[in-house]
Amino acid sequence: MIDPKASAHGNLASSRIDLQLIANRVEPGTKVLDIGCGNGALLDLLVSDRQVDARGLELSQKGVNACVTRGLSVVQGNADTDLSYYPDNGFDTVILSQTLQATQKPLEVLSEMARIGERLIVSIPNFGHWRVRLDLLLKGRMPITGSLAASWYETANIHLCTLRDFTDLVDQIGLQVESCITLSNGRAREISGKPSARHNLLAQQGVFVLSRG
Amino acid sequence: MDRPVSEAQTKADLGETVLFKGAALKLDCGAALEDIEIAFRTYGQLNAEKTNAILICHALTMDQHAASENPLSGKPGWWIDLIGAGKIIDTDRYFVICSNVIGGCAGSTGPQSLKPDGSGPYGTDFPVLTIADMVRAQGLLIDHFGIDSLFCVLGGSMGGMQALEWAATHPERVFSAVPIAASTRHSSQNIAFHEVGRQAIIADPHFQGGRYYDGDERPRKGLGVARMAAHITYLSETTLQQKFGRNLQDREAVSYGFDADFQIESYLRHQGMTFVERFDANSYLYITRAMDYFDLAADHGGNLAAAFEGTKTRFCVMSFTSDWLFPTSESVQTVRALNAAGANVSFVEIESDKGHDAFLLDEPEMHATLDGFLKSAAQARGLNATKEAKDD
Repeated sequence: MIDPKASAHGNLASSRIDLQLIANRVEPGTKVLDIGCGNGALLDLLVSDRQVDARGLELSQKGVNACVTRGLSVVQGNADTDLSYYPDNGFDTVILSQTLQATQKPLEVLSEMARIGERLIVSIPNFGHWRVRLDLLLKGRMPITGSLAASWYETANIHLCTLRDFTDLVDQIGLQVESCITLSNGRAREISGKPSARHNLLAQQGVFVLSRG
Repeated sequence: MDRPVSEAQTKADLGETVLFKGAALKLDCGAALEDIEIAFRTYGQLNAEKTNAILICHALTMDQHAASENPLSGKPGWWIDLIGAGKIIDTDRYFVICSNVIGGCAGSTGPQSLKPDGSGPYGTDFPVLTIADMVRAQGLLIDHFGIDSLFCVLGGSMGGMQALEWAATHPERVFSAVPIAASTRHSSQNIAFHEVGRQAIIADPHFQGGRYYDGDERPRKGLGVARMAAHITYLSETTLQQKFGRNLQDREAVSYGFDADFQIESYLRHQGMTFVERFDANSYLYITRAMDYFDLAADHGGNLAAAFEGTKTRFCVMSFTSDWLFPTSESVQTVRALNAAGANVSFVEIESDKGHDAFLLDEPEMHATLDGFLKSAAQARGLNATKEAKDD
């Protein structure tokens, strides 16, 4: 997240490809929860393109108000504390877009998502990207990149990980990676199964479709 | 209950009144009310399919005059900012109904009404009511219009409680519900404030056990004090401080007495005095009691989510940051229960320093939220965007 106060999707306004990629992976007419739905850009897309029964959870009041004003069903809440109030299997798909790294307890959040939804779509910035690695190696400073643009003391991103770290966590929870899309310089590549070491080096972002398996 | 025979009549000073003659409304307390009268106002036209009706539920001391001048006080409707042609609750698009709650004193059956046996007004012989009873009575009115399902039930404070009760008890009749600055149960603190008000009324020598209608006197002092205490709870500390501070009323120095030295004292006394001109003390007792008894979770085995299990109603819950009477935490409880029930719910907390009363005031964010929610719900309901152009 660039600005801790701005919504995750707001940051991605320039890279709508991320949202479209997620939307394309949602079955039309299903029930979807978008956690950290920001100003509702993805929810709007899901409603208009995929005719889903879309719900959202958003931390920032400004984001929530923007969503409800545009007619979306969104509540204010915190991914770390409020997912427990959702029922088992309440949704076909649960989405967490560019939000996991800002949660206090990523493991619990992912586990709760798996309880609530049949399928999970999670997108994360890749801290294993070569520019990040190079910054740290050559400059000896915390990297600042396009998708990780805040200084270490200002960033809301408190749990950064690489694509490989993420799939390790997915294994630990017992989830299956159905597919993964890597994003680099606005180009998307779909890969089957887990990302390789090469993907982990070249991708700026990863979008994972997970299932309980 | 038998479907009542309705007999519409018009009372010029109270808007419209419908008498449900020969029907008995069974109440939660076990008693039944016969020959119920419900005073109401409507705005706009009911469409042929009867799918565009919005029921507005009023708060404790309001009435059915939501969008038109109150014939007694001459004041504009209490939600005139929201309801009207081209407004957010667009009367060109929706059929808006607002009725005085039973137990009230603006034309619906209440403690002032005459007992069916001809022995005079009910007074405190009136049965104790619940929010659910008020909703049952509204149900009679909705039946009277031949409406199966309301497009929306909408209200603030006690009106929000009614909206929640409607949605919990008659989900098939409620397409959408908007509880604003409300709760699924009255808190201990709120019961406490109500008790102060009731005791002030009961302590007034003119109260006479609630049988004061025959004489010339009314428990004005008691009701006035009840209103003063309650009025404080409707405002935020910020509002009081900004509006009055420690400013003195028409004097340069304190009087070393018990006159209204401070502006806030003068203001509250004025609120109390004007209130007694338009409200009945017994109604105040009954309606505050109904609010105190409200507890949707308790009605569903202690599980609030069970109250909304399987609901298809779309909800929009709103609260205000400076409301300490129905604080955001209460709305959050409601929203969590709705989420647990898998309900379609939106929840917005609105930044305002105006306290509980904010729901009655010009709050642009509340208006924008309501506008977005209603438009989206209307689309889902298949209601036309606007009525056909009239200027053809």
